[in-house]
Amino acid sequence: MARFPRPTISLFLILSFQIIFSAIAFGSDFQESDEEEFSEELLLRPLPDLKVLAHFHFESRAPPSLSNSHGRHHHLFPKAIAQLVQKFRVKEMELSFTQGRWNYDRWGGFDPISSSNAKPPGVELWAAFDVPQYLVDASWKNLTHTLSGLFCASINFLESSTTYSAPEWSFHPSSGSLRYGTLPREAVCTENLTPWLKLLPCRDKAGLSVLMDRPSIYRGFYHSQQLRLTSPEFEGRLESGIVLKQTLTVVLQPDSQRASNTYSSETKLQPSWSLSSIFGRKVTSRCVLAKSSNVYLQLEGGLVTELENVQKENVISWIDNVGSEGWRTNPFFDLSVNPDSVLREVNGLHGSSSSVLYKYSVAKYSDSRPFDLGLTWKSPVVWSCPQAPLHASRFLIGSGNERGAIAISLISTGSNEHFLGANIVEDRCKLEVDIFQVVPWYVKVYYHTLRVFVDGQPQAVTDVVEKMRVSPSEDKVSPGVMELVLKFPCDIKSAALTLEFDKGFLHIDEYPPDANQGFDIPSAIISFPNFHARTHYFEDNSLKKSPMLSMFQEKSRVRSYSEVLLVPLTTPDFSMPYNVITITCTAFALYFGSLLNVLRRRVGEEERFLKNRAAKKASRLAQLLSMLSAKIRGKKWEPPQSPSASSSFISLKLIVKVVLVTGIAIAWQYYSQ
Amino acid sequence: MEPKEQSKEKKEKLWFWNWLIASVIFRLVLIYFPKNLNLASRPEVSTPLTSLRRLAEGYWLKQLSVSPYAGSMYHGSPLLLSLLGPLTVKRIEGQPDHLLCSLVFVIADIVNAMLIRATGQNLQMEYIRSLKLLDHVKLLEKPGKIIPSGDIAALVYLWNPFTIVACVGLSTSPIENLAIILSLYGACKRQAPLAAFGWVIATHLSLYPAILIIPMILLLGYGPDTPPRKLFLQRRNVEVGDNPPNDRCCEREEVVHRPEVPHIFSWRPVIHFLCWTSLWSVYVLVLCGISVKRYGGLWELFKRTYGFMLTVQDLSPNIGVLWYFFAEVFDFFRNFFLIVFHGNILFMMLPLAIRLKHRPCFLAFVYIAISSMLKSYPSVGDSALYLGLLGLFVNELADMQFSFFLFCGYVGVSLLSPVMHNLWIWRGTGNANFYFATAMAYACLQIILVVESVSAMLNHDRMLRKPLTELQDGKS
Repeated sequence: MARFPRPTISLFLILSFQIIFSAIAFGSDFQESDEEEFSEELLLRPLPDLKVLAHFHFESRAPPSLSNSHGRHHHLFPKAIAQLVQKFRVKEMELSFTQGRWNYDRWGGFDPISSSNAKPPGVELWAAFDVPQYLVDASWKNLTHTLSGLFCASINFLESSTTYSAPEWSFHPSSGSLRYGTLPREAVCTENLTPWLKLLPCRDKAGLSVLMDRPSIYRGFYHSQQLRLTSPEFEGRLESGIVLKQTLTVVLQPDSQRASNTYSSETKLQPSWSLSSIFGRKVTSRCVLAKSSNVYLQLEGGLVTELENVQKENVISWIDNVGSEGWRTNPFFDLSVNPDSVLREVNGLHGSSSSVLYKYSVAKYSDSRPFDLGLTWKSPVVWSCPQAPLHASRFLIGSGNERGAIAISLISTGSNEHFLGANIVEDRCKLEVDIFQVVPWYVKVYYHTLRVFVDGQPQAVTDVVEKMRVSPSEDKVSPGVMELVLKFPCDIKSAALTLEFDKGFLHIDEYPPDANQGFDIPSAIISFPNFHARTHYFEDNSLKKSPMLSMFQEKSRVRSYSEVLLVPLTTPDFSMPYNVITITCTAFALYFGSLLNVLRRRVGEEERFLKNRAAKKASRLAQLLSMLSAKIRGKKWEPPQSPSASSSFISLKLIVKVVLVTGIAIAWQYYSQ
Repeated sequence: MEPKEQSKEKKEKLWFWNWLIASVIFRLVLIYFPKNLNLASRPEVSTPLTSLRRLAEGYWLKQLSVSPYAGSMYHGSPLLLSLLGPLTVKRIEGQPDHLLCSLVFVIADIVNAMLIRATGQNLQMEYIRSLKLLDHVKLLEKPGKIIPSGDIAALVYLWNPFTIVACVGLSTSPIENLAIILSLYGACKRQAPLAAFGWVIATHLSLYPAILIIPMILLLGYGPDTPPRKLFLQRRNVEVGDNPPNDRCCEREEVVHRPEVPHIFSWRPVIHFLCWTSLWSVYVLVLCGISVKRYGGLWELFKRTYGFMLTVQDLSPNIGVLWYFFAEVFDFFRNFFLIVFHGNILFMMLPLAIRLKHRPCFLAFVYIAISSMLKSYPSVGDSALYLGLLGLFVNELADMQFSFFLFCGYVGVSLLSPVMHNLWIWRGTGNANFYFATAMAYACLQIILVVESVSAMLNHDRMLRKPLTELQDGKS
């Protein structure tokens, strides 16, 4: 694609806006925010465990809908999304497709990316609506179907009330209009990525999204594609319209063949990488429709500290060594491209040093000079990522298919000492932890068995649990939701919560095709309301604030997702419903028949009475005949037993019955047709 | 002679009390058993309706001011919840967790046994009286003598492994049984208020005892079990026809006997009973209404308790057959089979009532056995009740067929069923069909028991008639 000089683009943009708004009478006084905007950014970050994190951030903004009342026409903002927001009155929404698990230990748990872009495997969707309470569920159902069609995923399974829940406070502060649902087993692949890319104005034809080579993305250890919508206009804030943030977070393993042979010491050398080596592609141009198009390389605080520690003998820190060559090369690594500027974090939480951001503007590069950022490590460095105060993991206790227990264990990462100063509110320092857990109905949790252990010692639940909301699961109707606020002393080493449950038994139709694989319990969300993941980078020109950096700057609580649990449930025999039905019905018939038979049985004299009556009923002729025959034989005549007569009588009755039944059957057949 | 007999009788009485105390001690030993026996989570013991664990969950939810019926955990009565709920939370230091509840169940069991004993004694008195009336001296002077059926029934109830397991395994069935036995006892003693109270509570706790209203009315109207009324009439006919002017003392005796012959249905106690029933039901409904006022009212309560029972929603395994049936049956036919299975209980009510109206206690036993066989969530507690009541008719059912086979069957099923459950659920080597097969066998055993006991009772009545008919035949 041709490389436009900057004035040309702005001219083009203005022109296009003029065309759009020329029809509107008062369109002349529109402001800056009335334009549709799009920006693309990519953040690269080397991770301590020899991997690289790539975080794409695309942001589209639409002006408020009130500014143009003549329907909507979009030229940058995806129309499908705008219609969806208008139709279902979505206040806020987040949809993520994730494959793999975010490694909180190694990839960090305290920065904005890990707390807002680390997502549970599968699909997670939450949305807040601006509709009356009784319409929220209906809107949610419609929304799931729309998204399902939009993203080629089975999001429509979230329609069933057994899969979604309404968290009240632990997940996201909202006034009851929020719905949350996950599909832990949803497989995520290119068919979900392609429609997601279609929402971008340049798709993957130009700009940073060119890097999204499918094989290299899906080869990664973790990838999470996310779509986040905010439309503040429903909340009464009319100054801004819909904001659509599309992010793709990938953790990739650079090829480390080159690195491995050089160093064999205990500390491994980080593998060197470049954009072309990890993605297999280079950025040739920016997306011309984007307002800004930047690539950032982030060095974490821990890494910067390490670098500074080693370089202490140098009077001038390596970062302050102003000059293009100083940025590019230092004793640890070489950058293949010179950054446009270097941004430092303001008020780093980690005392000594704060993270550093190298900024590259893609606009300068073209087909002839593609942008291919490379990082070549020269000496091994070991650092660690900032951690959330507690590391959460969840597991199952017990064996067998009858009952079990869910345990959530929280282990101190030792990093909360850093935050002690900021956190002491009262005399006693308290660490607040929110837990939000959704359990499907077939795992029947006994919430009264909640036990809390602090440092291995059982504690009274009321001592630790500050606030609790439980909405127990209802069979085949709703999942169980538990929201907890726990307060621990700051110096805890570990804490554990256990909840016992019984496993449910389903109808054979309710089992999935692979019933023996087990059922998933969605991730629990553990968040720390007193800790906020925000990194504020100092930028010289605050007017043109990068959307990604301003998002990092937002105050969002540190949050982590626990593992998805796999619960095997007992299966009935799927192959023999007919046998069960027939055997059971036989038993019931046995009961009914034999009991009735016993009750019906007559005693001797009654039988005799009946016999007499039968004899009287028998015809005179038969009596005479029998008398005659008796005389011929020379025997004494007895009153006839007349079995033949009675049997013929019975057979006559039988025939009449059969005819009656067939008649009814024929009539039935006739009328039902 | 007399003091010897008295001491013998005393010994016999002491014998009963010793066994009673032994059973209590045995239960306490099981409660204090150091290792957790996990009886409370056995599918045979605790069904979704009788599990104390679910009750504790309901109570906990109620304490959180959530409806105890929110979620699908608790389906029992709100009165039971407010009665037993506080006990599930209270712990005594150094004692087992559910000691208080267990003690309540032990007491309930003992009261049950005592009531069964009293009922049995009442029945036996009536039995001897009617035999004397019919001049069945032979039966009375049999070498085996008449066994004290009340004591036997009480001890059978107390020492039945099913009862012990249900009592120690923290299921609420002892209390449900208590209500049923209370109503039977009240009706036997012709105390309409007590009978009405028992019946209303039993119906409230577990719906199925509602069908006991027929034996209750018969029991109050006709009095306890007697041979068929026809026999008395025949007997009188025989006497009158046999020796009209012969002996005056005989005539006088007859005059004395005549009012005693209970063949008139007395409406007074029945009407009393019905009045009391309506009174108690209103009382129970008001109490329930007060306790569930904040949680959706009575309709919600009925939906969550009786609705849950009738529409077999929980498919977790139990000793019945309906859980597997409804786990496998096609959804399309579900309602049909629900109606058929519950109808099966109702279909048999009328024929049984017609045939056994002279033996209302036995009729109640048969009803209880049938409903515990066909109910949606049966447990061994229900079986314990009807097996205990079976002991009341030990004299009448002496020549029941297949009794040894039935005994062996019960033992076999109660040993095999846990094994199959273990194989299926815990080891994963078995299959649901294994467990279902034992459930099926158990259902068949119960069917045979019911059928054979009914036929034995009818044969017994026939046997009583025999000398009379012989007399008649001899006369004619």
